[in-house]
Amino acid sequence: MSQPRTLFEKIWSDHIVHKDEASGTCLLYIDRHLVHEVTSPQAFEGLRLAGRKVRKPEATLAVADHNVPTSDRSLGIKQEDSRIQVETLGKNCEEFGIQYFGLNDKRQGIVHIIGPEQGMTQPGMTIVCGDSHTSTHGAFGALAFGIGTSEVEHVLATQTIIQKPANNMRITIKGKTGPGVTAKDIVLSIIGEIGTAGGTGYVIEYAGEAIQDLTMEGRMTVCNMTIEGGARAGLIAPDQTTFDYLKGRPMAPKGENWDKAVEYWSSLPSDDGARYDKEIVIEAKDIVPNVTWGTSPENVVPITGNVPDPANAKDASQRASMERALEYMGLTAGMRMQDVDIDKVFIGSCTNGRIEDMRAVAAIAKGNKVAENVYAMIVPGSGLVKEQAEEEGLDKIFIEAGFDWREPGCSMCLAMNADRLEPGERCASTSNRNFEGRQGRGGRTHLMSPAMAAAAAIKGKLADVRDFQD
Amino acid sequence: MQAFTTLSAIAAPLPMINVDTDMIIPKQFLRTIKRTGLGVNLFDEMRYDEQGNEKPDFVLNKPEYRNAEILVAGENFGCGSSREHAPWAILDFGLRCVIAPSYADIFYNNCFKNGILPVQLPQEQVDRIMEYAQTTPESKVHIDLEYQIVKLDNNESFSFEIDPFRKHCLINGLDDIGLTLEKDKSIQSFEDDRAQNQPWL
Ligand code: SF4
Repeated sequence: MSQPRTLFEKIWSDHIVHKDEASGTCLLYIDRHLVHEVTSPQAFEGLRLAGRKVRKPEATLAVADHNVPTSDRSLGIKQEDSRIQVETLGKNCEEFGIQYFGLNDKRQGIVHIIGPEQGMTQPGMTIVCGDSHTSTHGAFGALAFGIGTSEVEHVLATQTIIQKPANNMRITIKGKTGPGVTAKDIVLSIIGEIGTAGGTGYVIEYAGEAIQDLTMEGRMTVCNMTIEGGARAGLIAPDQTTFDYLKGRPMAPKGENWDKAVEYWSSLPSDDGARYDKEIVIEAKDIVPNVTWGTSPENVVPITGNVPDPANAKDASQRASMERALEYMGLTAGMRMQDVDIDKVFIGSCTNGRIEDMRAVAAIAKGNKVAENVYAMIVPGSGLVKEQAEEEGLDKIFIEAGFDWREPGCSMCLAMNADRLEPGERCASTSNRNFEGRQGRGGRTHLMSPAMAAAAAIKGKLADVRDFQD
Repeated sequence: MQAFTTLSAIAAPLPMINVDTDMIIPKQFLRTIKRTGLGVNLFDEMRYDEQGNEKPDFVLNKPEYRNAEILVAGENFGCGSSREHAPWAILDFGLRCVIAPSYADIFYNNCFKNGILPVQLPQEQVDRIMEYAQTTPESKVHIDLEYQIVKLDNNESFSFEIDPFRKHCLINGLDDIGLTLEKDKSIQSFEDDRAQNQPWL
């Protein structure tokens, strides 16, 4: 019998075009390539200068998301350089024959939301995009990772990438999670535990009952933030939940091909006895609803907890970075997290901009009002998420409660468009990064789940979602 | 791509951990469709105040480090977004080499595509070079990629590891795409096999 293999090893070995035995460097075939406006113009320019073509345009899908306005689209993009960047993507796609979802296409949305939504993301594939949150697609059991612009050009020209195999880690979440605990809380806990560099050099496979119990949306949230733990990619074994999600989507296999695909996909989960370079086990019952306090996603505390004290840091450089974070965040050690007042709420992003997230927010918002001192925005991840939410009447609940219901895009996740925090403003956010300046220069970000962000909007301060549930 | 062989230059100390690519080049500068011109905005929010004036205490604003070509930093350098604008900004400023105990994967990879050498050394050795850069800013740090050595003026030296393929490409300034296209036959036959065995793709 052959050696037991992990999910990662199976996908990797199925995509090797060429291997340099001496160095171990592989030329890896790439099945799907997602492209957006910010990290692609220089790649297309490179192709043009070298007189090269796109090798497999049909394996590529493009969309503008980072720069797009989330208010009335009919007015176009005001900011000139943003407009040029979006127009450049449209022109490049036309010139090189790539499918492009334009601003007024209802399928437009955040690149990591639309790939799965269209059924483009499938188990066993290799998927790349010039964006670190490409790890999202690992939720389907696809090996998906972010690349730089030079590599975008490489993939466009050759449909391959040069890479060495990563180490393989398994994180098992044992047992079932408690009340109020969502996929976001699971992944924040993991990052809090391993640190932002804990996954460097690894591909992480998430396993265990709490992971299997997640919907595809939840699995995407977990894999999305894998990059915040420094890992190259996250993976979850495909199962019936995965197949059910994919069936019937526009780009999913059909008819006889569907059956063949499911047969192959079913062979992908790691074999019993497969070896991992590192294993971590976390008890699901130890995970509580949590938030971040600082300027790194590893700065995680339970919502019932307090701002940590730099005096307890493990060494001098950690102490310095904690002190800097506290100063930037305008917090003092020992303060209760639930006493932290907020100014804004951002619900959306590729971490939490899917339909299930919208439903979670609506469940808390229903019959409540956004606090007076708070501006709360909800930005659906795609035009189709928006449409679905409106079909379910969620938009009415949001508007009634005083939320601003907007057009799809990256929005205040990174504040490249007009949506941003002013210096000193504090935001409860469902996005993935709380770095200094991420949501606007001087802006202060607390990461949390959509339900917790909704609860914060209503209380006007960081709040425990369990106080809203019976 | 510009080849990297040896470098003798001033090293600027940036003793911070988890320097992310949002810090290296904030998003408002990502709206460009070019690779060049980002150097003036390198570390923008740490380097300038809200009116756009230089903050005198930021390392790259200090006269002794303005011409640095090497940056010495703490662990997990380049974490966060995949933006290649980060190495482009570093290069455009005039830095050709970073020395740190560890790097985020994508950033590390991006450096090699742009002729920047990311040297990885154990924490104590980076601490030593950091101290040297802080206390004797006029002294140079010498890097020899061929021999994989970082040397200080007082002859202290540290050898570093690097992947042989990456080293080869960097020393010769090789373009990956050209190399890969030489394997076109293998790619073609791989695609043919897949069309046979996995027709849904
Ligand atoms: S939503 Fe945020 S993290 Fe996701 S792709 Fe857009 S900017 Fe990046």
